[in-house]
Amino acid sequence: MTRSSTLRLRAGIVAMLVFASGCGPAEAHLNATGMGPIYDGLVHFLTSPEDLVPALALGLLAGLRGAPYGRRAMFTLPAAWLLGSLFGLSAALVSAGTLWASLWFMLLGGLVVADAKLSLRSVTALSALLGIVHGYLNGTGMGFSPQSVVATLGLAAAVFVLVVLVAALVVQLRAQWGRIAVRVGGSWIAASGLLMLGWFIRG
Amino acid sequence: MMPTAKLRSIAVLGMLTAVWAPSALAHVLQGEAYGFVTGFLHPISGADHVLAMVAVGLWGAQLGAPAIWVLPVAFPLVMAMGGMLGFLGVPLPGVEYGIAASAIVLGAAVAFEARPSLVIAALVVGCFALFHGHAHGTELPPGQSALLYSMGFVIATGCLHAVGIGIGTVHRRPWGRQLLRVAGTVVAAGGIFFMWQAVA
Repeated sequence: MTRSSTLRLRAGIVAMLVFASGCGPAEAHLNATGMGPIYDGLVHFLTSPEDLVPALALGLLAGLRGAPYGRRAMFTLPAAWLLGSLFGLSAALVSAGTLWASLWFMLLGGLVVADAKLSLRSVTALSALLGIVHGYLNGTGMGFSPQSVVATLGLAAAVFVLVVLVAALVVQLRAQWGRIAVRVGGSWIAASGLLMLGWFIRG
Repeated sequence: MMPTAKLRSIAVLGMLTAVWAPSALAHVLQGEAYGFVTGFLHPISGADHVLAMVAVGLWGAQLGAPAIWVLPVAFPLVMAMGGMLGFLGVPLPGVEYGIAASAIVLGAAVAFEARPSLVIAALVVGCFALFHGHAHGTELPPGQSALLYSMGFVIATGCLHAVGIGIGTVHRRPWGRQLLRVAGTVVAAGGIFFMWQAVA
């Protein structure tokens, strides 16, 4: 390579770096993935810990109880979530999301810690209630539009995948330490919920 | 050496990519990641907190089941209650003394291989967790994401317990028991140092 071409190449690389460093600040929300409303809904759920963690806790609880509970939760929760979000689309925005999330964190985290021997009916009711409440909150945040209706399908799909994976992972745990680790995880969820409640009360 | 033509085309391709790069659409919500990292770093940035939380794990491992998991479960739950009091501005007297005392007492428990009943051990750990939680709650930096900050510091606390439990598993070996007692002594000595600092 000649000296002049090396200099040109260097100048080109410097120009490229200048362009790259001149990018404006990111000013967006993961709701807009650019991949369509289904993925917007899916990504919204996966990047919203206030929705993700209660669903995760329910998956842990159902998994601890066994396969029938996991199977029940994996259909009830997403169906209720979808229903709740569809109801919420045309409702006014609710600002108590943090309060609800903290209550669910404490309730479900506490049940996981205690390894509560709930009946199948109770787990079904919990799944339905969690799905309706959080779906409704999601729906009110989205507002009604054809895209948001499709986004609710993405939300429900993400809930389904999460519950299936988590419950299946926990169900197959045979070692005692594995189940204990799940219960310790429940205590972390409950503790985070307590802290969030304090935060919410403080305002 | 890479051929000149290939190098040039890579540079041109790079430039074109940089020129046509769309705006980054990356953020979740402002300050969220910051909140988690700050929360996670908070318990591990203070040696007094670290010593006490590792000591909980050491003591749990020394006591064996069920204390090995009951203590690390009790600690974050009571710590969260303390954190809540701190958030709400409810005063708790002698927080710094309580934190220093936690390292002294828990370190001494490990050093002397104290074996109280599970309830007493959980009460001791829970009592000290209240001080640690209160300190976390009152020292909260402004503008953080509540949820992610909370999760960050609970997870960091759990990780410190796990480190303690991991180290504590050496007690099954003959030399391990002695090593644990030495570790307990070091924790207690650290606690005395922090108590001295708090008093001075």
